[in-house]
Amino acid sequence: MEHILSLIVFFPLIAGLFGLVINKENIKTFGITMALIEFIFSIILWIGFDSTNAGYQFVQYAALIPQFGVSYYLGVDGISLFLVILSTLMTLISLIGLNIKKDIKNLVITILFLEMTLVGVFLSLDMILFYIFWELSLIPMLYIIGAWGSGQRIYAAIKFFLYTFAGSALMLVGILYLGYQYYLATGTWSFSVPDWYLLVLPFKTQLWLFGAFFLAFAVKVPMFPFHTWLPYAHGQAPTIGSVLLAAVMLKMGTYAFIRFSLPLFPDASVYFLYPIAIIATIMVIYAAMVAYAQKDMKQVIAYSSISHMGIIILGIFAMNAEGLTGSIFLMLSHGIVSGALFMLVGVIYDRRHTKLMSEFGGLATVMPRYAAIFGVLMMAAVGLPLTIGFVGEFLSLLGFYRVSWVITMFAGSGIILGAVYMLTMFRKSFFGKVIKEENKNLKDLDKREFAALIPLVALVVILGVYPKPILTTIDLSVKKMINLMEKKALLPDTKEFLVKVNSIGGTK
Amino acid sequence: MLGPISVNIASLNLALLTPMAVLAFGAIALICIDLFVKNLSKSFFVIFTLLFILLDFTVLIGINGPSRGFFDVLLVDGMSVLAQGVILISSVLFIITALSNKPFKEFKKAEYYTLFMFMIIGFQFMVATDNLILIFLGLETASLSLYTLIALHNRNKAFEAAIKYFTMGALAAGFFAMASLILYALTGSIELSVISKVLIARNFAPGVFVLAGVVFMLIALGFKLSIVPTHTWTPDVYEGSSAPLAGYMSVVPKIAGLVVAIRFFDIFLSSQIVWVQNILIFLAVITMTLANITALVQEDVKRMLAFSSIAHAGFVLTAIMVGGTQANSAIFLYWILFMFTNIGAFTMLWIARHKRNLWDTRYQHPFAKFSGMAKVSPMMATIFGIFMFTLAGMPPFSVFWGKLYLISSVVDSGHTVLAVIMVTNSAIAIYYYMKLIVYMFMKDPITEDGNIYEANSSTPIKVIVGITLFFTVTAAVFVQPILSFVTQMIQSSGY
Repeated sequence: MEHILSLIVFFPLIAGLFGLVINKENIKTFGITMALIEFIFSIILWIGFDSTNAGYQFVQYAALIPQFGVSYYLGVDGISLFLVILSTLMTLISLIGLNIKKDIKNLVITILFLEMTLVGVFLSLDMILFYIFWELSLIPMLYIIGAWGSGQRIYAAIKFFLYTFAGSALMLVGILYLGYQYYLATGTWSFSVPDWYLLVLPFKTQLWLFGAFFLAFAVKVPMFPFHTWLPYAHGQAPTIGSVLLAAVMLKMGTYAFIRFSLPLFPDASVYFLYPIAIIATIMVIYAAMVAYAQKDMKQVIAYSSISHMGIIILGIFAMNAEGLTGSIFLMLSHGIVSGALFMLVGVIYDRRHTKLMSEFGGLATVMPRYAAIFGVLMMAAVGLPLTIGFVGEFLSLLGFYRVSWVITMFAGSGIILGAVYMLTMFRKSFFGKVIKEENKNLKDLDKREFAALIPLVALVVILGVYPKPILTTIDLSVKKMINLMEKKALLPDTKEFLVKVNSIGGTK
Repeated sequence: MLGPISVNIASLNLALLTPMAVLAFGAIALICIDLFVKNLSKSFFVIFTLLFILLDFTVLIGINGPSRGFFDVLLVDGMSVLAQGVILISSVLFIITALSNKPFKEFKKAEYYTLFMFMIIGFQFMVATDNLILIFLGLETASLSLYTLIALHNRNKAFEAAIKYFTMGALAAGFFAMASLILYALTGSIELSVISKVLIARNFAPGVFVLAGVVFMLIALGFKLSIVPTHTWTPDVYEGSSAPLAGYMSVVPKIAGLVVAIRFFDIFLSSQIVWVQNILIFLAVITMTLANITALVQEDVKRMLAFSSIAHAGFVLTAIMVGGTQANSAIFLYWILFMFTNIGAFTMLWIARHKRNLWDTRYQHPFAKFSGMAKVSPMMATIFGIFMFTLAGMPPFSVFWGKLYLISSVVDSGHTVLAVIMVTNSAIAIYYYMKLIVYMFMKDPITEDGNIYEANSSTPIKVIVGITLFFTVTAAVFVQPILSFVTQMIQSSGY
């Protein structure tokens, strides 16, 4: 168990390299098997995880460039544990659902590489290592969108790549600057995050560094107004690309906010709280409105992702246990739900080669099982109680209620808007009469699609009814982090704010 | 009346001269052998040259003792040893690429190899002294040999390139002579260490003449380092030269130029002369920005790589501006890592070389040539793609670590804005590197025949690609030993 984190990070890489010698016919089976093994590893990690310990577990440390403080440093805590499991689960599911024939070998290998980078991002405790995985994850996604996409795939792929690469350029300067500040304070170089947590920075420095990191994370999330790459990328990406992009890659940004921005720059985080909260509220409402105006089913889900990410951001910047725990849970639920929805759109796209709602109508009579699964997942996306979507959304908004009830009210109205566009989409495509001749003989879900979707539907219901085991594990690490923030806070305002938002519900 | 001069052989410290002497012996021996033996083959020449370069290297790393020698003209300090090491390793990688599949006229001539060895000697002298005259001699020996090497490629473009490089090089030599003249007139010495003492004692007065000296020197070095605005020859010369030679030119003359620049500008930077710093910042920013923007619109991969090497030079120039141990170590770390990747990338072009321009009347390697390469020749495309991402500074490949340490040195010196400009530039740069990747991996193939990309391939060249690729991909592991060695060497030479 000591090396399990290294195993989880590098197993997909090794598997991908071995995949080079597997022949084309068997590569999909190979890919699924490897993804399954990886998923089992992550489950073993969960079983071995001590949920009464809030600190980093299974820590692995090896100095890489001791002179410059760069190290190979992995660790997992309650915040990252479930995101790792989400990554391995969604990779597995998306591989099961895969039905692309063209250059399948390259695709499967690329997906395995992508899995390595995703898991690496969530497990890195060294800033340089984190940056490596963060940047490296762009390459497989560039290839997936650019080579297997549709329409203006190359434009979309390049836009995605350049946007995120340029966004993280400033972060690199920020990292190096922070490393130097650590060197000035202690006399040794270190880029390890737990070391940096101990560093108290002057308020002004915090503001600048927060800005440098914010840009990188905001592009990734994506936050308004940096969101324009996302609908494009989703529009052209193949199903498997959309699934992984929405389910896991977007979470890298919000995860990084929790892992780096809040504990490293507590005063700056509180200082920028309202501007960010307003941007998040704009995201929620604006993206929901744009989603309503879309004609393409995939675009609806893409914009709904932006809308949901807004609520996650609000939960994070509530800076109390409810908000943060809720936002992490919402990351998981959004990963599962949006991933499943993208797969469902992929299913209908395979049959009809169109995603326009106007081309459908009355699908519920032709494809009843498809409609049922779509319905359940749509309810989860809307945030109906007893589905997985409700828990995270409710907790995030509850957390932010302590900060500002006005903003919470506006953001809450986003949920209503969410119901509007989702139900409209459902009505347009599934109810009414079957008008188009082509739709009359559509096949319902086959075995492969069932195998991919049923586990997700089960998770939506199970975790919606009983989220407690996950919530308690997350909660412990989150509380530890909030304590750290409070200890580190320089300004009395920050301390006061943290006490205020955390004391009412008795979480302390 | 001059007194008798008695010279103690031991005080000459001839050991410092042996690396160059060994290679000079090899060069002369080769041309003599060629006189007596007819029909020597390419493989003989290559292996002969290779052995002497390796011998040179062995002697070089065996040197220890005082760093001054030969009437204090030679200065083989840590930095010099490092630079000579880089020059020799690049030379080894370069000379093996001559063992290509296709026959080329120049590789059958002993002169080619002799000139090559003399060129190495020239560059070695250039970095092994702080005497302006010897620097000049080394520079000219190396440059004149290099012009001829380019012309020996025997194509119209190659002649054009050689003439262009020669004309520009002659101009640069003139500027160097002028700079030396002014510095001599100011201080009465041609040794940088003495010049430094005199200038500092006099507090860098008279300002106008010092400025003139610095500007002339900058122009002269700017030609060698391809700093904007003296970079215009670079793309044409690279395009005309054979691909490996272009790769070699983007590494070796520049490291030699960098060493001279470090030695020269250290005089001013160690006493915090602000205007020299400002000139260097200005040049570095304009060099990387202009080169990156121009590279965006190139239609030929080789020209794109030429502009990319200009941008890399601009990047490194910032570290010269910063000065100090960390920055100077960063220069060498960067350049060592860059060496492997860049030579690898140019060697890939060498492998894909074809006699005729099949795809474009103007260019040998237009982007369209590599369209859909991933489908017909996936291995090659992947390797090429890795080199491209590496040059763009993508982690965790080699150049990234150099970039990291370099930008860190800039940040530490308090030039945060400059660091931001640098990372912004690398964000621009990734677009043109990615262009090739987009062509290779996302467009449809133009040919079914993958051999077209490996026409010039041979086992030795594949080995070279393998070695460079290995160091490029696994660089993360080698950074610590390289960095600690480089830092130790730089520190021991007092920078």
